[in-house]
Amino acid sequence: MTLQTDKSTDYTQPGVAGMVSDWSSDRQAFDMPWGKLMMWIFLLSDTFIFSVFLTGYMNVRLSATDSWPLTSEVFALEIAGTHMPLVLIAIMTFILITSSGTMAMAVNYAYRGDKRKTFLLMAATAALGASFVGMQAFEWTKLIVEEGVRPWSNPMGAAQFGSTFFMITGFHGLHVTAGVIYLSIVARKVGRGDYDRKGYVIVEIAGLYWHFVDLVWVFIFAFFYLW
Amino acid sequence: MSEVAGQQHPIGIYLKVWLLLFVLSTFSYLVDFFQVQGYLRWTLILIFMFLKAGFILAIFMHVSWERLSLKYVLFVPLIAIAVLIMLMSIEGDYTYATRGIFFGR
Repeated sequence: MTLQTDKSTDYTQPGVAGMVSDWSSDRQAFDMPWGKLMMWIFLLSDTFIFSVFLTGYMNVRLSATDSWPLTSEVFALEIAGTHMPLVLIAIMTFILITSSGTMAMAVNYAYRGDKRKTFLLMAATAALGASFVGMQAFEWTKLIVEEGVRPWSNPMGAAQFGSTFFMITGFHGLHVTAGVIYLSIVARKVGRGDYDRKGYVIVEIAGLYWHFVDLVWVFIFAFFYLW
Repeated sequence: MSEVAGQQHPIGIYLKVWLLLFVLSTFSYLVDFFQVQGYLRWTLILIFMFLKAGFILAIFMHVSWERLSLKYVLFVPLIAIAVLIMLMSIEGDYTYATRGIFFGR
């Protein structure tokens, strides 16, 4: 794959001049394995999907004539007799951030060739992700069964609340679920030593996907739950 | 192509960013807990959101160590989203106004 002999075009030049040289003549424009680049392209397309969802949410919320339900109260829980606003969502946020931290360290240990630590950290990431999905299932059940929220109506205010809530958190939950499955498969293969010869780029690629899921949650947390 | 040597950084930086993300999340939760309202609320939410997103992208996803070629691929298309957000906020306000006129609310 290394055809160029000129050392000045060896992905070492920084800045705009470097970008021009990356894109010039018959050479590979991106200094990374194709799998990683494809993951980035996929994540870019996924960014558009979530952005469109959140923009749609903004649009219906701006145009709703009924008052928007108070998310702080809708997602409040009674814990040991104390009324805690938004507490479950906060816990879910911390869990997802923690899972992102363990994933980042898994990538690090993978490149150091420490298979055991990589496997354990990835398994921990998947477990945290699974607990996130579990809490989301609890949240949905509470909202549907106890509060009577439906995609077309809810007793607290604007009808659009339900449709956007189920759409956005549902799609995000689907991503987390897919991520848990993806991480479990890769973790198992890492533990088995399947990547000993191919290298551990796959762990970084899986990590990119997982961090993206965390990244999307940052925006959902800010715009849907806190706004 | 360097297939073997990938992103390699000291483990400490991940722990620091992790801690920072915890602190920032706590701050954004406290915005709601203390019921900060109005423009201050929205400003704080956006600041904490962009800081968190930035740290996840820059450190956890290693974007700050990637080449400019990739950065442009990732961030230039987002201009389209910014335009969409602008258009849809105008559209949303317009719909709200016409609903006010026609439904009298």
